[in-house]
Amino acid sequence: MSDPTHLSLAEARDALKSKQLSAVELAQAHIDAISKSRALNCFITETPEFALAQAQESDARIARGDARPLEGLPLGIKDLYCSKGVRTTAGSRILDDFTPTYESTVSANLLRDGAAMLGKLNLDEFAMGSSNETSAFGPVVSPWRRAADPDAKIVPGGSSGGSSSAVAARLCLGATATDTGGSIRQPAAFTGTVGIKPTYGRCSRWGIVAFASSLDQAGPITRTVRDAAIMLRSMAGHDPKDTTSVDAPVPDYEAAVGASVKGRRIGVPKEYRIDGMSAEIAALWDEGVAWLKDAGAEIVEISLPHTRYALPTYYIIAPAEASSNLARYDGVRYGCREQGRDVSEMYEKTRAAGFGPEVRRRIMIGTYVLSAGYYDAYYVRAQKVRSLIKRDFDEAFASGVDAVLTPATPSTAFAQGEKGSADPVEMYLNDVFTVTVNMAGLPGVAVPGGLAANGLPLGLQLIGKAFDEETLFSLAAAIERAAPKIELPQPWWREG
Amino acid sequence: MSVDSATVRRIAHLSRIAIEDSEVERLRGELNAILAFVETLSEVDVEGVEPLTSALPMQMKKRADVVTDGGIADEILANAPLREDHYFVVPKVIE
Repeated sequence: MSDPTHLSLAEARDALKSKQLSAVELAQAHIDAISKSRALNCFITETPEFALAQAQESDARIARGDARPLEGLPLGIKDLYCSKGVRTTAGSRILDDFTPTYESTVSANLLRDGAAMLGKLNLDEFAMGSSNETSAFGPVVSPWRRAADPDAKIVPGGSSGGSSSAVAARLCLGATATDTGGSIRQPAAFTGTVGIKPTYGRCSRWGIVAFASSLDQAGPITRTVRDAAIMLRSMAGHDPKDTTSVDAPVPDYEAAVGASVKGRRIGVPKEYRIDGMSAEIAALWDEGVAWLKDAGAEIVEISLPHTRYALPTYYIIAPAEASSNLARYDGVRYGCREQGRDVSEMYEKTRAAGFGPEVRRRIMIGTYVLSAGYYDAYYVRAQKVRSLIKRDFDEAFASGVDAVLTPATPSTAFAQGEKGSADPVEMYLNDVFTVTVNMAGLPGVAVPGGLAANGLPLGLQLIGKAFDEETLFSLAAAIERAAPKIELPQPWWREG
Repeated sequence: MSVDSATVRRIAHLSRIAIEDSEVERLRGELNAILAFVETLSEVDVEGVEPLTSALPMQMKKRADVVTDGGIADEILANAPLREDHYFVVPKVIE
């Protein structure tokens, strides 16, 4: 086999099954690719020994006809998922050398099904960011380059930027990610990959470092829609340790890939045609409509009137929850500690030294909107607006719409340092199309739609009904079939 | 609404994050930019709207009130920056 890192996850699975390839060969090819690709800074911790040991077990299982669903498939794990015995950082200094004594439920599910872990993927600090520039371990570089300006380092999106870059650069067959306001879908759109945020409650949050608990959800980033379906099936499922995880059977998502979308009603929300939308994004959206129409779907205009309030609502609710969740980093139970004269000074100095600027800013905003005198004006009002955002979707789906089609991001990826240095809100606007989905707890998938004139990928987003990921996989596969094929970048970044 | 420098210091203290005097002005600008951005919510009519506290309508699951885990003090303390026997060690809390 020429280069097994060029296989899709599904193709690698089939090649292992038919013994055209061994799990050790497959793992070693990825380990070699990772060791030559450190310029991209995708991994915070590489675990080659772990991956090879798992691959040996996989080869033994395949030989005796005892293969599990993901047997021998090497994956990357976002460093927000706790890995037993492997340093877990959340992209922050404050966790120092934190080494969990337990495994997150979702990564445990992947290991249970035979997957191998290649390492822990870089991310924005505590998943707060849209460009992977807030990581304490340095920014991740996208394998994509602008045609006219190949020296500019392009961001892979965030917060799951290590995941999206590693998948696009073929350093792993697929990666875990998490999405609180767009952190799976925006990086997928920026790198020409597929990313699905399932319905809130579909995957367990247990053992994933918490950011905003009412919004956080785990999901995969992969190179094809089928691969995302395969990974999600293993990741999803009920977990008694997360009271918000849903006790419902997990469908065979792969069976939905390739299913007909004839007669499906697709809503196109007029409020997403925002002021100043680039002609290129508008054209991509029109193409998406045409592709689904050609596949037999029916397109209807819908209205989601509270769309413009979703991002401001998010920037109250997410920081409020984050300020509570991050109260646990106090220099006592884990992570770094700065000395102080008393316990209070120790807390304050530890947190000032351990958290980066974006995290400190969000903790402070969250503390403010929850503080006495401001709680009703900010936090309770935001929760009420969140009800209205969700109601908009409820009404659209009640009117007979099966899914909603929108652009995934308002622009292509940008270069490091280009956004948000003067005004944090400029960076926040990246999530304008994705954040509504977290507000309403719905599933959303980003799927590549082609390349922009600058040579960078563009993505479309499909939003589904709660727990109807299957429809999203069918529709995303229809777009994948119709869209111009994206040729992944040649490995300009490799050493040796 | 916007915050003044005294409020910035108060929020930092409530957040248990030490800040230098030289940082106050910059933080005030950043926090006010975010507060100006969320100000748009004041124009939404929320009369009679219930606050959304759970993303999906679900009953909080309950289980029997019995011990299901424990006896792992060594694991719990394994990552502590300072520990003694089975205790976390912190600076003096009471003089």
